[in-house]
Amino acid sequence: MTRYVIRRLLYVILVILVITFISYVVFFLMPSGNPAVQFAGKSPTKALIHQIEKQFGLNHPWYVQYGIFVKHLFLGDQYGWPGFGESYNTREPVKNELFSRAWVTFQLAVGAAVVWLAMGIPIGIVSALRRRTLIDRASMGFALFGVSAPVFVLGLLSLWIFWQHLRILPGTGYTSFSSNPAEWFLQFLQPWVVLSLLFAAFYARMVRGNLLETMSEDYIRTARAKGLPERRVVFKHGLRASLTPVVTMFGMDFGLLLGGAIITETVFNLPGLGTYVVQAVNDQNLPAVVGVVVLAAFFVAFFNLVVDILYAYLDPRVRYS
Amino acid sequence: MAETLLEVKDLKVQFDTPDGVVKAVDGVSFTVERGQTLGVVGESGSGKSVTFMTVMGLIAGNARISGEIIFEGRDLLKLPPAEVRAIRGDGMGMVFQDPMTSLHPMYRVGDQIVEAIRAHRDIDRKEAWDMAVEMLRKVGLPRPEERAKDYPHEYSGGMRQRAMIAMAMVLNPDLLIADEPTTALDVTVQAQILELMEQLKSEYNCGVVLITHDLGVVADVSQKVMVMYAGRAAEYGTRDQVFNTPLHPYTWGLLESIPTVERRVERLVPIEGTPPSLINPPRGCAFHPRCPHRFEPCDGERPELEMRGGDHPDACYLAIEDKRRLWAEREQRRQKEPA
Repeated sequence: MTRYVIRRLLYVILVILVITFISYVVFFLMPSGNPAVQFAGKSPTKALIHQIEKQFGLNHPWYVQYGIFVKHLFLGDQYGWPGFGESYNTREPVKNELFSRAWVTFQLAVGAAVVWLAMGIPIGIVSALRRRTLIDRASMGFALFGVSAPVFVLGLLSLWIFWQHLRILPGTGYTSFSSNPAEWFLQFLQPWVVLSLLFAAFYARMVRGNLLETMSEDYIRTARAKGLPERRVVFKHGLRASLTPVVTMFGMDFGLLLGGAIITETVFNLPGLGTYVVQAVNDQNLPAVVGVVVLAAFFVAFFNLVVDILYAYLDPRVRYS
Repeated sequence: MAETLLEVKDLKVQFDTPDGVVKAVDGVSFTVERGQTLGVVGESGSGKSVTFMTVMGLIAGNARISGEIIFEGRDLLKLPPAEVRAIRGDGMGMVFQDPMTSLHPMYRVGDQIVEAIRAHRDIDRKEAWDMAVEMLRKVGLPRPEERAKDYPHEYSGGMRQRAMIAMAMVLNPDLLIADEPTTALDVTVQAQILELMEQLKSEYNCGVVLITHDLGVVADVSQKVMVMYAGRAAEYGTRDQVFNTPLHPYTWGLLESIPTVERRVERLVPIEGTPPSLINPPRGCAFHPRCPHRFEPCDGERPELEMRGGDHPDACYLAIEDKRRLWAEREQRRQKEPA
């Protein structure tokens, strides 16, 4: 098991290397302006641009720059470990901005995850158990709506109704928990719910499908033949087996979300990783772009690992060696 | 006369499907006595499993069920579901065909047996666990104290079926229903499982229903045999009656399709054709389209299972003399085949 985890962690590093390398290639091969020109102001002299290039390290060939980046990432730079360099825009260390924004995205993702699990799983269970009834059809109708309604439409609709029209929820923006917990909660409520709807719908369908499949397994019949109450048959025997794939899915979705929820963050004007990376791409702010990419890749790979390890505990048939 | 544990009268089970009403079981009556084994034989789709799933109360709610299922004096079809559940697993236990998929893959075998015990007895976990281990020992599992902590995938097929039997028998039920318990197992293991069931039957003095498509299995352990075809009984008698003087052409076909070592034939004799549709069964005798001896009345009115001059009831219009003659001829033909 330990060896397995170590091997997987090495694999995480490999993933980060590959994906940042691709980011570098894309950044330098894309036909775009020189970041130094952008930074230099309206009518820069050649010497100024050259000086800026030198400051940013842009005077090296791109693969040397990539090498320096990798070295800083793993060994740290003047701002400590891990070294993400400094922003082309602000000349501030990318790391500080990155981590403060990752924290905002984390709050968004955790809240949304709680909401979508709390909605999706019960809805899935109920519609599986009441298959082909009104409640099943209503649930699956909701699921279809959730899957197909785009976040930007739902988000704007929600803002219009609850903020503009009813005036019961605060509008866009971010309030930290420590400054005002009630405001923090109310402010996050809309992004949480809007972001979670898509997932809730998806999870409801998945749970329903899994549970229906599990309930036709032979061991469910055995459980009934033992004379167990139906409630126990469903919750102990049926759910146990049908929720393991949901755990996998959840780990992947959650990891992906931690890398930034671009649309939700944009609609609700949240200073998370998603809005940061959009801004960074527009500004050709390479260190910031790569910083977000590294974090996102790390979260995805890390949560995949967590899921795999968790699986060995959830399903006794799975053992890693 | 042995005590009657289970008496089923004119049981009918129908399912509504988009294609029509499936008459899975269409009027079946039989009894099971204490200390005896009823062998139920038939092809897939003959209604034998559905019959006993219905007895166990394991048929889904969309089925239409009529008739009587009298278990120890009470009609299960008239009892509230909670009382049927109390009988299920306690008064009667069931073992299924595929032990590979019939145990929950994510719980320890011992815990699954404990669960069966505690569903019916108000005892603590420790005590139930000891009972489970003891039962696993009884069904011949080596080192049951340790093996009870294993998961099903760590068991072989035969061991899983032993565990299933332990689970079904741990509360000492009066009736054990075994639905093709040996079909999915290796031949050598099959004999062991049948022997185990025989041993438990005499030890606990319970009644056993053995559902199978293998007449050979039935011949070894049953006292009574019911041959089922298209949701009805074709023939019902003691083992000796059904094996020595079979009265229904379908039974003849089944008996002839058993390969034996003594009878080295060039080809096995199959029953021609396929089992009939249960939505639109053939008029009259459901077997008549496949029957080599059919004559005028066969596609007319449906023949009931009743005494027709033989020593046990059957559902075939042939005259008893013809039945005796045809079966004797078939027997002779079989003997003559080159050894």
